[in-house]
Amino acid sequence: MLRLVARRLLKVIPLLLLVTVIAFGLLNLVPGDPAVQIAGEFATEEQIEAIRTELELDRPWLSRYGSWLSDAVRGDLGDSLFSGVSVRSQIWDRLPATVSLIGWSLVLSALIGIPAGTVAGWREGSALDRFLTVGTTIGVAIPVFVTGLVLALVVGIKLGWLPATGYVGITESPWQWARRLILPAFALALTGAAEIARQTRAGVIEVKKQDFVRVARANGLHTRQVLGKHTLKNAMIPVVTVVGLQIGRLFGLSVLVEQIFNIPGLGSRLITAVFENDVPFIQGTVLMLGTVIVLVNAGVDISYGYFNPRVRGS
Amino acid sequence: MSEGRAVGVPLLQVEDLTVEFVTEHGWLPVVDGVSFEIGRQETIGLIGESGCGKSVTAMAILGLIGGPSGRVARGRVLLDGQDLLVLEEPELREVRGRRIAMIFQEPMTSIDPAFTIGKQIIEVLRRHLPLSRAQAKQRAIDLLDRVGIPDPHRRFDDYPHQLSGGMRQRVLIAMALSCEPDLLIADEPTTALDVTVQAQVLELLAGLQEELGMAVLLVTHDLAVVAETCDRTIVMYAGEVVESADVTALFPDPRHPYTAAMLANLPGLHPGEPLRPIPGIVPPRHALPAGCWYSPRCEHRTDACGATHPQLVDLGTRRVRCLRADELDLPGVGR
Repeated sequence: MLRLVARRLLKVIPLLLLVTVIAFGLLNLVPGDPAVQIAGEFATEEQIEAIRTELELDRPWLSRYGSWLSDAVRGDLGDSLFSGVSVRSQIWDRLPATVSLIGWSLVLSALIGIPAGTVAGWREGSALDRFLTVGTTIGVAIPVFVTGLVLALVVGIKLGWLPATGYVGITESPWQWARRLILPAFALALTGAAEIARQTRAGVIEVKKQDFVRVARANGLHTRQVLGKHTLKNAMIPVVTVVGLQIGRLFGLSVLVEQIFNIPGLGSRLITAVFENDVPFIQGTVLMLGTVIVLVNAGVDISYGYFNPRVRGS
Repeated sequence: MSEGRAVGVPLLQVEDLTVEFVTEHGWLPVVDGVSFEIGRQETIGLIGESGCGKSVTAMAILGLIGGPSGRVARGRVLLDGQDLLVLEEPELREVRGRRIAMIFQEPMTSIDPAFTIGKQIIEVLRRHLPLSRAQAKQRAIDLLDRVGIPDPHRRFDDYPHQLSGGMRQRVLIAMALSCEPDLLIADEPTTALDVTVQAQVLELLAGLQEELGMAVLLVTHDLAVVAETCDRTIVMYAGEVVESADVTALFPDPRHPYTAAMLANLPGLHPGEPLRPIPGIVPPRHALPAGCWYSPRCEHRTDACGATHPQLVDLGTRRVRCLRADELDLPGVGR
């Protein structure tokens, strides 16, 4: 197992390097003179010059990449072009809301998706299975902004059961924090839950035909042992992959959900940054998200070692 | 477990067992009115070609037929007089692994790859017996030792993929016998193994049977194995019993042409001569021939065989389903 972890973590290094190159290279994707483009239509010569100095555009890109990387490794992602505040502290400001939202959605989608898929797969072909299959098909098909808007309007505003907008930090009031995240997290979780349910169902159907499941039954094990232990652990391998993929997607979708529910997260800040051409902020966020996704994928690969002892490699 | 076992009642009585599966031709019986008994500590060989319903019979005894595609349509399976087929799942689970255990044909895929073998043996032990974790572990290691796994302390923490097929079958035997059942159903337990390993596993089973005093129902197509290990043989064809008798009576003196044909195929019986496989195949249930179901493949058939489906006739020491059972003098083995 240790060898698997070491081997997998070693692979992370070149991937992370690639992420830094892409994040840094974003600046060079700006067509024409980046300084002119970034400064905008009505910028004065001085403003353009200031941006050029700030981004050190007169230096060759490799040397700029070098110093940017060495700063980034030490945690310095530069300053925002507009507010002048350091990118790192802005990301830190916005990150808790987004991480809370994504964390909640992941938990919700697993809590809904895994049991639903397990039941559907175990009782394949039953009325419940058909009901759940229709449900997950709809769940996968409905875009998140539709679910989000409907939930905000109906549950949040019309019924008034839960607050439809706003965010309260967990340190401020854990109760309000949880309450306000329910609707946005649920909206975000639905698609993921549907996909996890489908994958779990397929996995359970595949595994329950295996000889060892029949042996477990022949040995008189309880259904909770046959299904909950032997079937599920083997069925979880593809599910973990889906969950890992979800995390990357959730970061993307959270941009929309944060807009709908007015959550001051990274996504809404990123949108502003894109409109303002705030290159250092975009670079910093892309670098951070890229790193998170690379690490999540490594985590998923390592978790295979838990579910499938054969990949541990002794 | 069950108190007050009636004296003289066989351990297991299968009566008129009929199992149906859904096919494109509707529900069709795969096991059709099968009856037999297994006495305490007796070893029964259930034989027949593939598709004769042997494995399905074995599965039905443990109540493992179910779901949307299979059902037990008729019959009783009495364990010490208690009908297992009327039991609910929770009651059946108390029987499985505890009173009747089963081992299967495919050791490579029959152990969960995601858990160590030790954990899986302990799971069965603690499922049926009131053992502490430590007691169960000790007993599991003893079992591994008993089934001939070398260095059981270390092997205890192995995953299935670290063991060979023969070793895995030993682990499965350890699991099945962990709670000392009264009956072991062994469904082609050595078919997937190397020839040398086959003999070892059979020897192991015979030793354990003697030690634990259990009965064994050995499902196999290998008559040589039956000759060596079994007391009595039940021959199945197309879902029916066609002959059953003590091994000592059946092998030298088969009364059913199907039994005789299988005996004639015993490898090594006529060295230097090519084997003579029985021509044709077991008929599928939706296309059964008229009269005797074996008649199209039978070299002793008469016109009557194609007209009347023979009954299973009880001759006292044996049962046989053949119109010509009295008149034929069929060659046997080992007289």
